[in-house]
Amino acid sequence: MNVRVILLALWLPCMAAAQGFAGLGSSSDGYALPAPGYNFQFPADHGPHPDFRIEWWYVTANMTGPDGTDYGLQWTLFRSAIAPGTGSGCETPQLWMGHAAVTTPTDHHVTERLARGGIGQAGVTADPFEAWIDDWQLVGDVGHLRMTATGPDFAYDVTLTANGPLVFHGDRGYSVKSEAGQASYYYSQPFYDLTGTLTLPEGDVTVTGHAWLDREWSSQPLTADQTGWDWFSLSFDDGAKLMGYRLRSADGSAYSVGTWINADGTTDSLNPDEFRAEPGATHTVAGHTVPVEWRVRVPSRGLDVTVAAINRDAWMATSVPYWEGSVTISGSAKGRGYLEMTGYE
Amino acid sequence: MLLTVTDLRKSYPAGDNPVTVLNGVDLTLDAGQSLALTGESGSGKSTLLHLIGGLDLPDSGAIVLNGADIAGLDDKGRAAVRRGTVGVVFQQFNLIPSLRVADNIAFHARLAGRHDPAWAARLADRMGLTAHLAKFPEQLSGGQQQRVALARTLAARPQLVLADEPTGNLDEATAATVMDLMLELVAETGAALLIVTHSDRVAARLDRRIHLARGRVT
Amino acid sequence: MIRTVWSALWSQWRRNPLQLFTLMAGLALATALWSGVQAINAEARASYDVAAATLGEGQFAQILPSEGGAIAQETYVKLRRAGWLVSPVVEGRLAGVRVVGLDPLTAPGGLGPVRFAQGADIIPFLSGRGQVFGGAEALDALKGQTEADLILSPDVAPGTVLTDIGVAQRLLDMPGQITRLIVARTQPLGRPDLATVAPGLTLRPPQGGSDIGRLTDSFHLNLTAFGLLSFAVGIFIVNGAIGLAFEQRRPMVRTLRALGMPLGQLMGLIAVELVGLALLAGIVGVALGYLIAAALLPDVSATLRGLYGAEVSGTLHLRPVWWLSGLAISVGGTLAAGAGAMWSLWTMPLLSSAQPRAWAMRSGQAAAVQGALAVGLLAVALGLALTGDGLVAGFALLACLLIGAALLLPIVLRLVLAGAERLAKGPLAQWFWADTRQQVPGLSLALMALLLAMAANVGVSTMVSSFRLTFVGFLDQRLSSELYVTTDSAEQAAALVAWVTPRVDAVLPIQSSQITLAGRPTDLYGARDQATYRDNWKFLDAAADPWDQVAAGAGILVNEQLARRSSLSIGQTVDVAGQSFVIVGVYGDYGNPIGQAIITETVFHDLFPQITAQRFGLRLPPADVPALTRALTDDFGLPAANIINQAGIKAFSLGVFDRTFTVTTALNILTLSVAGFAILMSLLTLAGMRVPQLAPVWALGLTRAELGRLELVRAVLLAILTAVCAIPLGLGLAWVLLAIVNVAAFGWRLPMYLFPWDYARLVLFALVAAGLAALWPARRLARTPPTDLLKVFANER
Repeated sequence: MNVRVILLALWLPCMAAAQGFAGLGSSSDGYALPAPGYNFQFPADHGPHPDFRIEWWYVTANMTGPDGTDYGLQWTLFRSAIAPGTGSGCETPQLWMGHAAVTTPTDHHVTERLARGGIGQAGVTADPFEAWIDDWQLVGDVGHLRMTATGPDFAYDVTLTANGPLVFHGDRGYSVKSEAGQASYYYSQPFYDLTGTLTLPEGDVTVTGHAWLDREWSSQPLTADQTGWDWFSLSFDDGAKLMGYRLRSADGSAYSVGTWINADGTTDSLNPDEFRAEPGATHTVAGHTVPVEWRVRVPSRGLDVTVAAINRDAWMATSVPYWEGSVTISGSAKGRGYLEMTGYE
Repeated sequence: MLLTVTDLRKSYPAGDNPVTVLNGVDLTLDAGQSLALTGESGSGKSTLLHLIGGLDLPDSGAIVLNGADIAGLDDKGRAAVRRGTVGVVFQQFNLIPSLRVADNIAFHARLAGRHDPAWAARLADRMGLTAHLAKFPEQLSGGQQQRVALARTLAARPQLVLADEPTGNLDEATAATVMDLMLELVAETGAALLIVTHSDRVAARLDRRIHLARGRVT
Repeated sequence: MIRTVWSALWSQWRRNPLQLFTLMAGLALATALWSGVQAINAEARASYDVAAATLGEGQFAQILPSEGGAIAQETYVKLRRAGWLVSPVVEGRLAGVRVVGLDPLTAPGGLGPVRFAQGADIIPFLSGRGQVFGGAEALDALKGQTEADLILSPDVAPGTVLTDIGVAQRLLDMPGQITRLIVARTQPLGRPDLATVAPGLTLRPPQGGSDIGRLTDSFHLNLTAFGLLSFAVGIFIVNGAIGLAFEQRRPMVRTLRALGMPLGQLMGLIAVELVGLALLAGIVGVALGYLIAAALLPDVSATLRGLYGAEVSGTLHLRPVWWLSGLAISVGGTLAAGAGAMWSLWTMPLLSSAQPRAWAMRSGQAAAVQGALAVGLLAVALGLALTGDGLVAGFALLACLLIGAALLLPIVLRLVLAGAERLAKGPLAQWFWADTRQQVPGLSLALMALLLAMAANVGVSTMVSSFRLTFVGFLDQRLSSELYVTTDSAEQAAALVAWVTPRVDAVLPIQSSQITLAGRPTDLYGARDQATYRDNWKFLDAAADPWDQVAAGAGILVNEQLARRSSLSIGQTVDVAGQSFVIVGVYGDYGNPIGQAIITETVFHDLFPQITAQRFGLRLPPADVPALTRALTDDFGLPAANIINQAGIKAFSLGVFDRTFTVTTALNILTLSVAGFAILMSLLTLAGMRVPQLAPVWALGLTRAELGRLELVRAVLLAILTAVCAIPLGLGLAWVLLAIVNVAAFGWRLPMYLFPWDYARLVLFALVAAGLAALWPARRLARTPPTDLLKVFANER
């Protein structure tokens, strides 16, 4: 077992399957817990919350090249505390993991970085805002960001400009994850316009498109029997957007919630089961069988669409593997979106 | 008396009930005398010949050869009897396959320390083997092989020649030739002769005849 | 009908279980030896990938401070933030222990000798008090020095502990400091130059990693040769067993054909039967091979680690490559062995004698064909030895030599025995020789197996022992200095020379430049004119006064590889950096894959003024070595990894060779046992045929005990004769391996040494093996009841 393999154990302090995907279901002893009625403070809340066990800055984007080719992009920085608090230097308990990916209709480029906190190799500052790991950056202010990442066979350098407000999920940003009450703080900026350049093995591609930032932190977002989730961020051509996810339990049941985001940025929380996602065609990639087509319905909005991957092989072969890729929407509404599926053994 | 056999008994183990082959046989043979041993198949005549030749051990009884009882001898003693006193001609496969005819003829005599090249050459000549001396046994016909066996036995000048159906595997004409040669040459050497045969014609040519049935002389 | 034929075919095995056993055991043993050796090879090769990364030992490029000292942690972060995927290492000494701090998050894959148990919790490694991994002694030394948990881990090198970088910085009192950076093999796009990001750092390329494969190839080549020889031995057994079985089947085949069975169908069934048996035996053989490999692998891996620094895990995995190859070779070998026998059945006239023709007695014509074939093969071998070039020719030569010699063996034996027969005096002696000669065809396959086994023994032990002598001599020559030290910079080198010169008898700088000499990549060394070299270096070929000519400036010494590959010889002139040098000496340079040359230091400096020595050999009384080593680390501050103790290397090398011998001896004994087994089986199967051959002699006045004794003497005698033939053959084999195969494969020739006592012992072993093999059949013969012997002559037979 080499050091690289150990990383799995590192990132998932509690590996037992019963503990849920990526250890997110483990006990929260000593860590702060989310509570309803939290009063978000910005820019401070764009920064890290080291007393919580896990947190992420998660950007996905759908883009189009000059020749009309669809591309997807991911930039993620995870923070994981192996103990509450900050510490100093090499002894900080804060560890960082970055995932970057570019999906084209034919290829899926993925790379991963790991870093300890405390020495400046990775971290997040709120004001001025910067999230980084190694040479990857998400920097500027949350309304206007430059985002870069590099891997052995790809790189990107794009600019994100927000043209809408922040969106708070659940109960004003308090997002419940199970009937037992597990919850996180969760807000998004789904209204970014994107311009920039993708560097691919075939050469540089100038792209334009739309991006979506998710910010979420918690100490125990899953119950122990929840095995994974299917998460959708869908942008319809009429300007409305939908965030919805479905937390799967070991017994086969699922807990679904979502947020309907109107074109003006106002939101309506969808009650459990108002958001419905049913898996369709599956595809096996890297030995994992995942549904790459979904029927998504929100009956209260008259929505009944098919969501399909632009590249079915968008498997994230990282320390914690999952599927994440760009999707197209067809049916009662059209548009683009992103799909993330975790916990598919 | 060259040979005196007294109350000879021999049985072979065969399952729970041993088969009795010889059940108290007595016979005598003088030097220079010839004796035919006849009997049905399984009457024990070959076994009797083997015991006299020191090839096997009796269960009880005495075989006094040249004044010594060979029934009481060990492996080594019986080997000495076979080497020095008797000569045996079997029905087949008498010869040593790795030795040439000439060496086969000389072998017994040399073992017995009585090798006489002139005598061996004469025997070969009489047997019509002179042209075959450099051959190996497998290159000879059955009749030739038996003649070599006979020459080998006589070359060693044993006091007693034992022959166990020596012509049993040969066709009639060849058998007659071999038998004629045998009787003639044994008489010439002055050795005693004991032949196991089922041929009345052969038996009639010998001095005496003993018939065995169910392990006894009748 | 097919079922009837099956039952007929099987009835033979049922009546002759011993023959079936011989066939199966021979095949299984042959496959076992082959697949055992292959398993070891496959395992070792698979391990090299993993082994390509021992901590910091040259498998990765590294970044070091140009001027010595430490790298600031900020510089590390700056490099990371510029896109350089580097991982920090903190290294220092505490209480006599080498403390190594790693960052598991950024360490490149495969780095680090510590193997955490599956599912081990790494959180305590990174947080809280931290964890320190090491051997018992190292951990004992650190007791009381740290509050970190001390965890016993036998995988960590002696005198070294491994911990997180944060813990190491605390332990070594190096806050914010990093000793060196390991550079990951794959780097992201768009990375700026090192000098732009972090001036004052030097990138050192990976060192020596790629040599491992080429060096270990030598070892594996030897093992493979052994495996093939073992298999050849086994195939001879199989050939014998199949040949015998087919001879005994002749009457049955005739009967079946007379009853209307088409010959083709019959042959097909026999082929299917053979393949089935081969598969079954192959499976058993592969399983046995696995056991052999599992037993030998620890020693093999120790050898590889010691000789070449290649890490091979001591445990065996079932790899499809080798068990499939084991089955394939079992089936292939059986079919090859069975082809001749099937052919003779195929061509047998329907009305030929149904008696099992004396299989043991080959006709004179067949012997003549065999002799012609043998002589032809040996002639080809001779031609190849004289003119052949390259690895393929080397192996072809081996094959021709071995097969030719094996085929010739029965003919030689028969000639010798015929001569002895002519000289024999008594009838018994004459019969003994004649009869022994008659046994040769029946035993010839077993004897050929014995011949090959013994030749392989002689050849491989000669090769290994020669290698050992040569290599130890070579170490004495090359490692003539008591200590070898490496500095990290020119400044440190100057400081070291100043510091160490008054403390030692002599300082020998080791400086080299990579050049192209006679069209080949070559390391050119500048050697100081010093007695050490004159006293210790031996040349394969040299002018009268090589060192004087080198010191005078115009002479150059080249290694054997370069001389052979570029066809250089003494007195020839070569150009180095525009200057001409005369070759005055060629020296052995075992294990080095590339060319090497030596000129005198002063000329070297003129040609390559930019190169300064950073490695030094130190001459000093051996007794002072430990004290100076301590002083170098504690007082001068040289990392322990930069100091190499010559005596330690030599002792280690000898240990490694002893391990190699363990492996060789084990394989030798196995091969000999297989050959002994072949003799036993041949004698047992021949026992039935022996009775008619021996009965007449018995009837004419020999005791059974005497015949039994003669049988024993006969087997031992044949073994002696075979052994006498095997020794020159083995030496020929060793010569081919050392002088042809090795040169073709690696460019250097190993001198061959002779080890008469080893050969004498081997002959003794072979006699014991043959004697043991003959003992049982001889005893059986001595106890055959007279009635069984008498049956030969009776009509009922």
